[in-house]
Amino acid sequence: MSEKILFRNMDLPGYTGSIGDYLKQGGYQALSKALKEFQPSEVIEIVKKSGLRGRGGAGFPAGAKWGFVPKGEDKPRYLSCNADEGEPGTFKDRQLMERDPHQLIEGMVISSYAIGAKTAYVYIRGEFRKAARILEQALEESYSRGFLGRDILESGYDLEIYIHRGAGAYICGEETALLESIEGKRGNPRLKPPFPASVGLYGSPTVINNVETLCNVPHIVLRGPEWFARIGTPKSTGTKIFSVSGHIERPGNYELPMGTPLRELIYQHAGGIKNGRRLKAVIPGGSSTPVLTPDKVDVPLDFESVAAAGSMLGSGAVIVMDETTCMVRVAMILARFYHHESCGQCTQCREGTAWMHKILKRVEEGRGSQGDLELLLDICDNMKGKTICPLSDAAAMPVESYIQHFRGEFEEHVREKRCPFQEGSKLYV
Amino acid sequence: MKEKSQAILRRYPDKRSALLPILHLIQEEQGRLSDEAMVAVAELLGLKPVEVREVATFYTMFNFRPVGRYHIQVCHNLSCSLLGAESLIAHLEERLQIRAGETTPDNLFTLIKVECLGSCGTAPVMQINDDYYENLTKEKVDVILESLRVSPHG
Repeated sequence: MSEKILFRNMDLPGYTGSIGDYLKQGGYQALSKALKEFQPSEVIEIVKKSGLRGRGGAGFPAGAKWGFVPKGEDKPRYLSCNADEGEPGTFKDRQLMERDPHQLIEGMVISSYAIGAKTAYVYIRGEFRKAARILEQALEESYSRGFLGRDILESGYDLEIYIHRGAGAYICGEETALLESIEGKRGNPRLKPPFPASVGLYGSPTVINNVETLCNVPHIVLRGPEWFARIGTPKSTGTKIFSVSGHIERPGNYELPMGTPLRELIYQHAGGIKNGRRLKAVIPGGSSTPVLTPDKVDVPLDFESVAAAGSMLGSGAVIVMDETTCMVRVAMILARFYHHESCGQCTQCREGTAWMHKILKRVEEGRGSQGDLELLLDICDNMKGKTICPLSDAAAMPVESYIQHFRGEFEEHVREKRCPFQEGSKLYV
Repeated sequence: MKEKSQAILRRYPDKRSALLPILHLIQEEQGRLSDEAMVAVAELLGLKPVEVREVATFYTMFNFRPVGRYHIQVCHNLSCSLLGAESLIAHLEERLQIRAGETTPDNLFTLIKVECLGSCGTAPVMQINDDYYENLTKEKVDVILESLRVSPHG
């Protein structure tokens, strides 16, 4: 069994996530070490050296992101924790916040110290009311023990952390839309550059990191970057929390070293395909990542290997689909989602997602025509690389992949004028 | 309300940032965002009423029409759908005698379909008001509905 880092505490019997429990497990020692032993720039160097990459989906090196914050400017700087967990299939950040909130808070304080932020916001999706309440209480505990507020641990460093609840919008997980949302606006992504590290919240330098990314920081500071870099693969270091859902015996979150084979995750840790059925397709990194077919099931789950297999590690959300699953229906559900979530700023995305949904719905319902697949591919082509933010690409790439890998199934829907899986899809009713 | 709003305003260097938190506060107390409430928020934050409306309508959690005491939001995204979300929705429609998007005549239940709630590992999932209900089956849904019907509070 590999060592757990982020889930270590919460897996202990009787662990409640209270500050008392957290301190008993050595909590806030990393913060004390960071404040007493390291200059902010040294913390950045440590995180760079660890190889920690963003866990929200893009996999951008966290230390490098912090390093982009301009030095010596007198503008305030901000840290924003991205807790707008919304990528379908992903449910890890909620668990991290609900069951070990101080791990996140400690990570945020160290990260804020590193970039010189005196104010930090947790942008949490509105639906996560329970997690927000738990975090709120944990923040109070943290303030009362002197880990937050003025002169933290007598270091002279001050930090305030506030929770900002979203209100139902997937797009606010995109970092610049998230900033707009904190500023009290619609969640319309901003054109980049400038990047948030130079012009972010209220026009000031801002770093936005995912919950899981920030949770790794205390461990890296306490145990050293070399220790962290030895876990996983040379380019994808550390562990990753994989959220496994769909047709699987034991759905849930699994923290495993980067590079763990997909097969091991599905068949050993998560107990294999539900009801002993056969695997038909698997989404490796959340709904925005292209689907993989069973011949790719040995792919190691790290950023490079999953990319080489034709998809992306994304947020590590693995959605498993068995042989009874209709791939047209899957594509239709995802297209509906992206249509619903497009902010509407860019024509390609606003119109493209609407057309994709409409066409896939008619194909699934047996009303498709011969040219529909080519039309879909043409729409996908027009949606990629042409918009302000990646939502348009995120909508087009999976749809393309379903057509590419399961073209026969799409054609059968058109030819037979019905969904051949309707009986099958009722198996789980 | 006023005190709470002031506390919210202190968290941000720019008062417009208080918009979402204050809208949440109003919906918590009044169940929805009425036109009057949005005009009042606009005044408080120095915005035009249309600016409040254009932001509020961007976010799916805000209600502009009254909803039932229990707002049932069933996820029908991929992981929930793979495990039978559609048939759960059909079951709820039958039990409540309304279609998704409607409210029961006694104003007890509003039923809607929503996109991913971020709880795919315990699919199928629904949210009723603030609470998540996970690993649902038709039987569980019946028990939940019954317990809500007899509960005096929302």
